[in-house]
Amino acid sequence: MDIERLNKILAVFEGEGGLISILQRVQEEFGYLPEDALFSIADFLKLPPSQVFSVATFYDHFYLTRRGDHLISVCQGTACHVLGARDILETAENCLGIKTGQTTPDYKYSLERVACLGSCALAPVVLVDDEIHSRMTVRKVKKLLTEDLDDTESQT
Amino acid sequence: MIQNPRHDSTQNSLRRRDMKKSISIQSTEGHKIDSVESLRLFRESLIADEQTTGKMVNVCCGSGCMSSGSEHVREAFVREIKEQELEDEITVKKTGCHGFCERGPNVVIGPENIFYNNVTKEDVPEIISETLLENRVVERLLYEDPVTGQKCLYENDIPFYKKQKRIVLKNCGLIDPISIEDYIKVDGFRALAKILSQMTPEGVIKEIKLSGLRGRGGAGFPTGIKWETARNAPGEEKYIICNGDEGDPGAFMDRSVMEGDPYSILEGMMIAGYAVGASQGIIYVRAEYPLAVHHLSTAIARGTDMGLLGHNIMGSGFDFGIKIVKGAGAFVCGEETALIASIEGRSGRPRPKPPFPAIEGLWGKPTVINNVETLANVSRIALNGGKWYSEIGTPTDKGTKIFSLVGKVRNVGLVEVEMGTTLREIIFDIGGGIPGGKRFKAVQTGGPSGGCIPEELLDLPVGYESLAKAGSIMGSGGMLVMDESTCIVNIARYFLDFAQNESCGQCTPCRLGTKQMFKILQDITRGNGKPGDIEILLELSDAVKQASICGLGMTVPNPVVSTIRYFRKEYEEHIHEGRCRALVCRSLIFYRIKDYRCKACMKCLDACPVGAIIGAKWQVHEIDQSKCIKCGTCMEVCPKRFNAIECVTGRIESSGDKNE
Repeated sequence: MDIERLNKILAVFEGEGGLISILQRVQEEFGYLPEDALFSIADFLKLPPSQVFSVATFYDHFYLTRRGDHLISVCQGTACHVLGARDILETAENCLGIKTGQTTPDYKYSLERVACLGSCALAPVVLVDDEIHSRMTVRKVKKLLTEDLDDTESQT
Repeated sequence: MIQNPRHDSTQNSLRRRDMKKSISIQSTEGHKIDSVESLRLFRESLIADEQTTGKMVNVCCGSGCMSSGSEHVREAFVREIKEQELEDEITVKKTGCHGFCERGPNVVIGPENIFYNNVTKEDVPEIISETLLENRVVERLLYEDPVTGQKCLYENDIPFYKKQKRIVLKNCGLIDPISIEDYIKVDGFRALAKILSQMTPEGVIKEIKLSGLRGRGGAGFPTGIKWETARNAPGEEKYIICNGDEGDPGAFMDRSVMEGDPYSILEGMMIAGYAVGASQGIIYVRAEYPLAVHHLSTAIARGTDMGLLGHNIMGSGFDFGIKIVKGAGAFVCGEETALIASIEGRSGRPRPKPPFPAIEGLWGKPTVINNVETLANVSRIALNGGKWYSEIGTPTDKGTKIFSLVGKVRNVGLVEVEMGTTLREIIFDIGGGIPGGKRFKAVQTGGPSGGCIPEELLDLPVGYESLAKAGSIMGSGGMLVMDESTCIVNIARYFLDFAQNESCGQCTPCRLGTKQMFKILQDITRGNGKPGDIEILLELSDAVKQASICGLGMTVPNPVVSTIRYFRKEYEEHIHEGRCRALVCRSLIFYRIKDYRCKACMKCLDACPVGAIIGAKWQVHEIDQSKCIKCGTCMEVCPKRFNAIECVTGRIESSGDKNE
């Protein structure tokens, strides 16, 4: 972990700023919360590391392990659920060859389930990084993820 | 001027508009509102300016339309208008959500307000040449009533809008959400000006009490009483918190209000601050709503620039500042004491009440926590008076409520209706009924804390008490319509899965109770239900309800209790007959190919996401039940004329314990 980058972030929060905002900012920078960073944050806020770990593990948005470059979140909200969100999630697992919550070994993709994205009128939805894909079907997911994979592979 | 429309922030579009009218450039940039009078003059000058403006293109840029591509449509308008050098005649504006997300992208052409839906960027040149230049309507982009086949020219002609009464959503879809000028034009900050210049804090509380406004977040606590408690609580420092942690799956009204009319929330918070004696406000927003965060922070910055937030607002001596705190993905943080813990930087675990936050809240200080929709109502009430508001709705439930109508219904979207409107009116008149000729089964209101209401009770008027009596709750306003192809037990299992995931874990009844309930429901949906399961579920529900610390534990058994109450037969079918009549529970159904109908066309074989179909060209296909995930794709792709795949339920030879 780049300690200088971390210190730069922490400097902004000098004097004010809650633990959660700091964790959010650090995760934004590193993509996850490296263990060293959690200890440094504890030092910075003069909190016991146990409290920082407690908060970091309580909230769903914080990750303690490295994530893939692309995050695929399959919405499991009520509206998505009745329109087949579970099939979508399983198809995504199948296409990527990983289980929900896991990251592909090449760190290209992470697959997550999300409680609700609030795009219920367009259900079922899948969020790929910042882009919402609406009215998904098993076939559309298959196409999306296989194309996506090919795309990235041809670029590298 | 705009080379790259991606960078066309509202600031730019403001500037663009202002270039034509040098008067407004001077009046908006660096303009300060320092008194009630200056607000009035400013509003008048803005309205006068507008009358000289010609045609308008309002493109909905709420999250729903955005994901349907409204940004491309807007860019196309900007580009095309620039190319044809029509910038002086036509203004392109981003607006908030119309609520009819299903039909997006939605575009409204002003000043006539012609409503086009499902607009693509390819339609843009035609809209410009026909509607904007020649005043001719592009028929195919109008909404067509599926019942009468009639085309609707205006938003208000559409049945979806006809029965709605829009008080909270009145600005959504009309104004540019981040333009403070637009908000001021539609009476923005007038309520604040009125209370600061004419009313005492006690007077404001009196009006709110008179209005009968109750918390729109779920519990329905009277807002005026909450404010009064906080006002009377000892302490110099007090806080106003806006609860924008809309965690109920299936509800998105708060999102639309935060995205589409952020200033009204700020104004509501300021009015609350004045009434309670607080000078600090915090908006707690879900991190899943990036656009809402963006619009709210822009609104706070613009408001501060203009002097409408900060010190000595409108020369009244009242100070108020607002900060945004982003949530980190915990449903329980919608509970007020957990929300406070989260703002304080701790894990979001609720604490027992009392003391209530109105007495002892954030950092131990008196704190008012109101939901987004509640606060958006406040400025309307302050401006028009509590009496006006109390005349809307029913004698017991005042005002309007926004519901997010989703699921198996034709018109999906946000609907704001007067309290007392019946479920039937909402689902059938506004929602257009069930698509695909299917039969209505139940409606689930209130999300994970609510319950299912069956067909017999469709004429129930919506209100806090009426819904509670039916075993559900108003909740934040999620309304999930289910048809005969939705399995009731599966829905109960779904909500309990959610509940046991989101239980913060500190109190045993909720942590273990929801887990056990989920396991029983899972067993039932997997065909492993046992006689007596229903009774155990009811007993556990009772224990979890009575012994949990917070609202989450107290309400999450509702989906189970209400579905057993109205749909016990379906539970019994699952348990005793291994049958899922909705053909949803995967362990109880299986797909098979009728060999005498299969033409070996390979369609299903190619489409199967898991490669469970065996066969080849000229070789009749067969489903490998051990691989099948029962997604139904094969049935979907099998050509209608072959109709070779069927789905059956009932006790069958076990096809392996597929993950449910």
